[in-house]
Amino acid sequence: MSFLRNGLVTSPLLGALWTFIIATTVAVAMSFITGAEFRPSLLLSLFWGAGLGVLCLPGPRWKPLAGLAVLTLLSLVGFGPLVIGPKVSFLSGLIGAAAMAGFSTLGMLRILTECPQGTLNRHEFEAAVIRFLTGFGYIFFTAIVVIPFYVMVMTSLKNQSELIQNPLDFSLDLSKGFDLFRSYTELFSQFSFGSYLWTSFYISVLTVLITLAFAIPGAYAVARLRFKGRAAFSRSILLIYMVPMIVLALPIYIAFSMAGLRNSITGIVMIYPVTTIPVALYMLQGYFRGLPAEVEEAGLMDGLSRLAVIWKITLPLSLPAMASVSLYVFMIAWNEFLLAFMLLDDPTKFTLTRGIASLNSSEIPRQHLMAGSVIATVPIMALFLGLERFMTKGLTAGSVKG
Amino acid sequence: MTTALPPTGTGPLAKREARLAWGLLSPTITAVALVVILPLLAVFWISVKPVGLADLRAAAPIVRADLRGDAAAAGDQVNLRYRIRNSSQDKEIRNVTMIDGWPDGLTPIELDPRCTIDGAQLRCNFGTMEGGFRDQILIPVTVGQAFLDAGGDLDDIDPVLTGKADSILTNSQFTFDNFSRIFDGDEFWGVLGVTLFYTVFGTIGALVFGLFAALLLNKSFRGQGILRGLYLFPYVAPVIAVAFAWILLFDPFSGSANALLIQMGVTEGAINFFGERPLALIMVTVFEIWRYFPLSFLFILARMQSIDGDMYEAADMDGASPFQKFWYLSVPQLVGILSVLFLLRFIWTFNKFDDIFLLTGGNAGTRTLTVNVYEQAFAISNIGAGAAVAVVIFFCLLIFSYVFFRYGNQEEGL
Repeated sequence: MSFLRNGLVTSPLLGALWTFIIATTVAVAMSFITGAEFRPSLLLSLFWGAGLGVLCLPGPRWKPLAGLAVLTLLSLVGFGPLVIGPKVSFLSGLIGAAAMAGFSTLGMLRILTECPQGTLNRHEFEAAVIRFLTGFGYIFFTAIVVIPFYVMVMTSLKNQSELIQNPLDFSLDLSKGFDLFRSYTELFSQFSFGSYLWTSFYISVLTVLITLAFAIPGAYAVARLRFKGRAAFSRSILLIYMVPMIVLALPIYIAFSMAGLRNSITGIVMIYPVTTIPVALYMLQGYFRGLPAEVEEAGLMDGLSRLAVIWKITLPLSLPAMASVSLYVFMIAWNEFLLAFMLLDDPTKFTLTRGIASLNSSEIPRQHLMAGSVIATVPIMALFLGLERFMTKGLTAGSVKG
Repeated sequence: MTTALPPTGTGPLAKREARLAWGLLSPTITAVALVVILPLLAVFWISVKPVGLADLRAAAPIVRADLRGDAAAAGDQVNLRYRIRNSSQDKEIRNVTMIDGWPDGLTPIELDPRCTIDGAQLRCNFGTMEGGFRDQILIPVTVGQAFLDAGGDLDDIDPVLTGKADSILTNSQFTFDNFSRIFDGDEFWGVLGVTLFYTVFGTIGALVFGLFAALLLNKSFRGQGILRGLYLFPYVAPVIAVAFAWILLFDPFSGSANALLIQMGVTEGAINFFGERPLALIMVTVFEIWRYFPLSFLFILARMQSIDGDMYEAADMDGASPFQKFWYLSVPQLVGILSVLFLLRFIWTFNKFDDIFLLTGGNAGTRTLTVNVYEQAFAISNIGAGAAVAVVIFFCLLIFSYVFFRYGNQEEGL
């Protein structure tokens, strides 16, 4: 392996791989944005990329710049890493070629900083490889996360025939103006998504409130009070958490069918909190344990009862944890699909997720389905981005529920 | 002289504390018992019952009452008619009786032998109703003025029928057909194999990708917060939304992924990603990895950020290379969280239902045990068999949780 550790071997190897990655990325991005024909050429990008790698080794400034210019020109002529289809407009072709060459060169300069031409020591070699992998990682993860959501949003703004004609063309016809949002207005006017949104919202809020009402006393008892069976209890919370929903859904479905609770919001509000109480209890007791017991003891000495201590001391101290738990529970309730799907049949009582499931039919155009998905996703994302600090904390404390 | 001894046993204060603890826990315990323990017992019960979806509605006697004829003036003769039937076509109902308030102002001319009038109440006894039983009772009556004054209709009479029907859920008929049916044939082993593939590769994949992402973000730079938030999107978004987005993206006819692959020259024709064996199974596993790598990433990142930096400085002084530092310093620190994550994610992935159900509906060789519960219970309408699969799942989970509590690293705080 030691022959790899030479500037003149490392740089073309990394350059070839890197240029291919960038060419693929740019081709995918340009295709998704313009719908035009861009594709990477494996052989040519490996070949030219190797050359670019050598040029990007530390040295005079003009070398990488020359590489950049050559790569752009080659792509425009048709012999570069990026192959531009014949029907692509010159401007988008130029943007694509320049982006490809620019990002390749910039990336290679970053990757190869402090890499001499001759033999590399282990540190320099591994640092270069790590920088290469880091760059690749950022591109890879961002792409896999962004593409599905991009497709979701863009599809909701197009119409069926446009999509079948060219599934890659996500460019928007801005001249349509407000008409772009037709799927959304139709969902709200004809499919009563407004009411689903409201149902989902108040079911989630009720779930949060009921969960907290049950979990706070329970968590406090497990965290602070001494009683027989405490250890067994805190273990069994996790155990209960491991029972799959579908196993419970079957008897619940039967019981609800017999008790006439199917197709009722009451039934849903009864069942949702129980699925979240164990995890909320688990998260909260972890937090309560971290609070200093002395403050509470001082309160007890001053004549407060236990319940008053919880209400006046513990709760105000644990507001951040409460926010995390609430957000997490809200997310679970908002995203819940299985129970809503099994227990609700009446379109006037649908939650948002159940409403989306009802859009999944061949008679309803795809953009409606995607518009519904966007409607369900945006509120939870907005909440999440606005309160990311709490959410991240909630997710880590709250474990691994999925 | 008596020596002072420390108190033994539980004192009144400790007792009070324990009482309070149980008091605070009781709402949770009740709720969990009602919605988790009870249904679990019910699953065991149902799994040995020959019960289908249609049996959920118990057989019940149904009655309708109306007035035949024109009740215009006092003295008119009309017929009071009760139509009764058994709601079930094949199950009998025993001891069917009807009780009805007798309307004011009607005088019976002749009474059906099965019925008696007792004060203001009409009682009829029908004995046992066979499945599909239908009958009617006609009582000729003379209309009195009081009836016409009250409006001349039967608004205020409301016949109540009671009877005892056997419900398949509560009788003492047991069977092991459900179990023999699900264990019969190759299907079960196929399902188990699919479940294991999905669980093992889904778990490992999510961990590996999570570790990679955590390594990327374990440094502070501008935009780190944004990227961290972005990488959590797949987990936070509603599963139904992202599942449909994937279906659309990989659609064989109008999917962008296929168009892209064809344009890049990777494939000649469109690939049916979610409709072909074994590609569909791989795709649902990839979806599982995609959706849950954020979770492992979050945990691993949290653990990484709590590793002491001094160690790395010492390693730098000793001349350790970046890969050596990762392998000999970071990995041993992360083994604990990785093993806990593996065990927990393994159980969760094993339990996963929605994802596969939405993506393929369990078709094209993607039917896992959980999807099989739904398939047996609702698609084939055999609730008993569904419950039997659920029992199998439950026992698998018992084994997993034993492993978890036996080998799980308690110090990681999970």
